[in-house]
Formats: sequence, structure tokens, C-alpha cells
Amino acid sequence: MTRTIGEIAKFVTSKNAGPFLLTLDIVFPDEASYRRFKDLRALDRATVARLYGIDEAEVLKIIEFDPAYAMKVTLRRPWGSGAVGETDVYGAQQHVPLMEHPVPWPEA
Amino acid sequence: MADRMTILAPEGMLGYGIPARSMEEGLKRQPDVLAVDAGSTDPGPYYLGAGVPFTNRRAFTRDLATILEAASARRIPVLVGSAGGGGGRPHLEYTVEVYREICRERGYRFRTAIIGAEVDKAWLKRQVARGRVAPLDVGAGLTEAEVDRSARIVAQMGVEPFLRALELGAEVVIAGRACDAAVMAAPAMRAGFDRALAYHMGKILECGGAAAYPRHGSDSLLGVIEREAFVVEPPNPDKICSVASVAAHSLYERSDPYRLALPGGAVDLRHSRFEQCSPRAVRVSGTRWEPAAAYTLKLEGAARVGFRTLALAGIRDPLLIAELDAYLDNVRTRVADTYPPDGYRLLFHVYGRDGVMGALEPRREIRSHEVGLVIEVVADDPDASAAILALARSVALHVTYPGRKAIAGNLAFPFSPSDLKAGDAYEFNVHHLVTVDDPLELFPVEMLED
Repeated sequence: MTRTIGEIAKFVTSKNAGPFLLTLDIVFPDEASYRRFKDLRALDRATVARLYGIDEAEVLKIIEFDPAYAMKVTLRRPWGSGAVGETDVYGAQQHVPLMEHPVPWPEA
Repeated sequence: MADRMTILAPEGMLGYGIPARSMEEGLKRQPDVLAVDAGSTDPGPYYLGAGVPFTNRRAFTRDLATILEAASARRIPVLVGSAGGGGGRPHLEYTVEVYREICRERGYRFRTAIIGAEVDKAWLKRQVARGRVAPLDVGAGLTEAEVDRSARIVAQMGVEPFLRALELGAEVVIAGRACDAAVMAAPAMRAGFDRALAYHMGKILECGGAAAYPRHGSDSLLGVIEREAFVVEPPNPDKICSVASVAAHSLYERSDPYRLALPGGAVDLRHSRFEQCSPRAVRVSGTRWEPAAAYTLKLEGAARVGFRTLALAGIRDPLLIAELDAYLDNVRTRVADTYPPDGYRLLFHVYGRDGVMGALEPRREIRSHEVGLVIEVVADDPDASAAILALARSVALHVTYPGRKAIAGNLAFPFSPSDLKAGDAYEFNVHHLVTVDDPLELFPVEMLED
């Protein structure tokens, strides 16, 4: 039984963190689902790199943030926000590969 | 010193709209200070580079007038950070112009300080030569040539220039580019409150109502700082601050929720406690200050890369959608026959395929019955940009492809004229840290003459 991250989480978002970084946040609805997700160890740099078709070196940080029941993934942007070739100046629509990623989640 | 200080952030971005009820409720709490952030790099490099604001002038004027009206009636100070969006010289001039217009019309008189934040290129090149500039989130170090290529460079000030302005007796402070959190932290620090708590509260307040749920629209936020903690609460009675909403805000637009790097140090959230102290308010304590070995300022610069021209079109024909890659390659090749492919960029944004995610898009197949096409040309001068786009648009309209049946034209244009001048195109080319000896060195504080 699998669920997508979007089905488990309360929020899945992307946004620039300054012009050269893209940060993805997954916020869980409660401590139980957050702990359960953390224990899966389903998100590592290799997985995120595969989801976005980028090198692992471009996945800079994956941080667990207990106070918000949240996980944060930060990627290097392919270029500075708004440079020629840009598709998303604010970086606000880059979350879907993460949101649609399935993880093992048997019914409790 | 007082036991507490109340700061009202009327909105998260000056010009995005202050809900009247939130302002009214916020003022009932007798704030000691009104503070608002007016800037961001979010809208991209154009606004910094071209020296223009990214908010609408009418909306900006209305919001600033609302804030000044409250300040005038209550004789409380107002701090505005990152004036005009980019926080450079023209952005500051624009803000001062609007400010003077409001004061003149309404008869307000304030002791006013203006703080510049635009970086002198000759000064910065000397710092590059001295090895005082380091890259931030970008691979490359800064070079003197890159400084020269910039249209404009600003530095984000810390609290010190604001403190200087307040010491000079300013009732209104209009500052160029500033760390968002410094705008709210400065009055709290001047009143003797803890630096880490002041900056942490400032970081939450600078986005206005964003730290409250439900999170929609531009709104206000109140911060009350005490010796050992601060409390944040939305004045809008339809919203609440919860531990989740405030903690989640620590994630927003930042790469590390535990650490907020600032001039002279960092705010360390690893030991911060978030407690629900009332149904609508959250108390934060335990935040620590981690001093840095050197006092560094973040530099932001934008360089002009050319003139942009666009054409927008739609494609409905399934025979063409099936041949899209080969078709676009063919357009590019034919344009290159006339304009050899150096000195300009020709780009196709294909909505329905990868127009939103580009190279990051994992799904490459087109599953829609129609696609949107944006043809973009960036060339050095407007005439070249227009000429190359005109050719690309014309070739794209008429060029054939295998199996074509619709021989009258390949594209549906929604507009006449089809070719749109988008103006100068910029890119962020400076995102670095410079070490300074004096926190005020780059930020002249001047009292405004009437």
C-alpha cells in the first residue's frame, strides 16, 4: 500500500529561497504522520535528484524541522531567478514531482 | 527600560493592501511602532536592475498614506525597509516622492530620515581586490568585470543604520535595501530588548499576516516583545496564530529553518520554544544569537542582458503537436539561416509540455489537445530583438512539417499585434557577501529637509 506525499501531507510547496535556491517544504498535519514519514527515511538526496532529473550535488539540504512537523528540501536553481530561460520566477510551481512521489504507507 | 514593546506590521509588503479592519484592530492595541517591509528579490531581477518598483503606485500610495495617518494621529514612529522594492537609489527616490506627496496633501510633518543602500561600484571593486567578497549560494566569486557589468548593486543593511536614524530623532525612517527582519528588530533593540528575539520577531512580522491561518491575502501582524520572549498575534479577528502556523513560517523562503544568517551573526532557532499562549497568539522564547567572526552584508546586483520581445500563440492541430520537437528545431534552423545564432537567444516556451518546469519536468509527453507557445527573443538592442522575433513568428506560422493538412497557418494568435515588446531583460549577477568594518559604512543616514 502506497500513498503519495501529497496525500499524506497538509502542505507541499516550492518557493525561491533567494534568487539562486529553490526550497521545497512538506508540512504534515500532525506529529504522528510526521514521525511516521521521518521513520520511513523515504526522502534522501538520491531520491530527490531522481524526481527532478538533477545531479545529487544540486540537492543541497534535506532538513527535518520538528517544531512545524515539516521537512525541507533545498535545491540549487539551474540559474538565478528570472534569467533568460526562466520558467518560474518565484519558483512557486516546482513542487509536483515531490507531491506525487509515492511512499510505502499501509493502512494503520 | 519598558517591560514590553508592541510593533504593528500593517502588511507583509508595502503596496499589497492593508485590510481596514486589521489596521483598526491593530491600532487598538496601542502599538509603539509601525514597521513595514517594502522589498524582495522574488519578482526577479528586472525591478532592481531597471530601478523601478514592482508594486502599483496607486496601491503603494494608499498603503503608505494609511500608515502615515495612524502615525500622525498617535505620534508613533514608522520604519519602512527596502523602499520601492529593490531598495536602490531610484527606488528610494520614488518612495520619498510618494511620501512627500502624501505629507504635502495631508499636512503631515515628521522628522524624517532617509537611508541609502546602493553600493558604489568603485568601492566594491576595491573590496573584490582586497578579497573581502565571497559568493553566497552561487559558485563563482565576484570579479571587477562582473561589478562593472551590473546595472545596480545594493547591500542589505542590518539594524545599525536604523538605530542611527532613531538616535537622530527620526519619526519616519525610509530605508533602502534592508534585511527584512531589521526593520522591526531595530526599534525593539533600541528599547533594549534582546537582539536574537528582536530579529526573530522581525523575521515573522516582516511577512505580515503570513504567519497566521487561514493564510490568504495581504494582512497585518502584531508582535509584542518582552525581556525573555515575544508574542505574535493577528489583529484580524478571523485569523489565528497557531504553533503550527508560526513554526511553519520559519520554513518560508529559507533554506535552513534553524538558522537565519544576518549581518554580524545568525539567529539560532534550535532551542526556540513555540507555545500557544492564547487561542489566537503564540509565544516564542529560547531563540539565541550566534555572533559571527566578521560583519558581512549581503549584496544583490542585476545586469542587463538584452531586450526581450515575445509572441504568444496556441496550437490545436494534433498532427503538429505530434511533430512539435522537429517543427521547433526547424524554426530555429531557418531563423539561424538569416541570423547566425550568436548575439541573441531564441526560446520556445511550450505550455502543455514543460512550460512551467523546463528541464526539471519529469513528464515530457503532451497529453493535452492544445498547447500554448511563447516565442521569446532576447537580443542586445530592441531593433534586432524585434527583427529576429518577427522572422521566428513568421516561420513558425508558415513552415511545413510531415503530414501537414492545415496549410494556411500553424499558429493561433490571440492578439494583434502578435509581437510584444517586453522591455529590457536583466539577470541577477551579484549574490555575494562583503565584509565591512563598520555596519554603517555603506548606508548614509540623512535627515530629510522639508
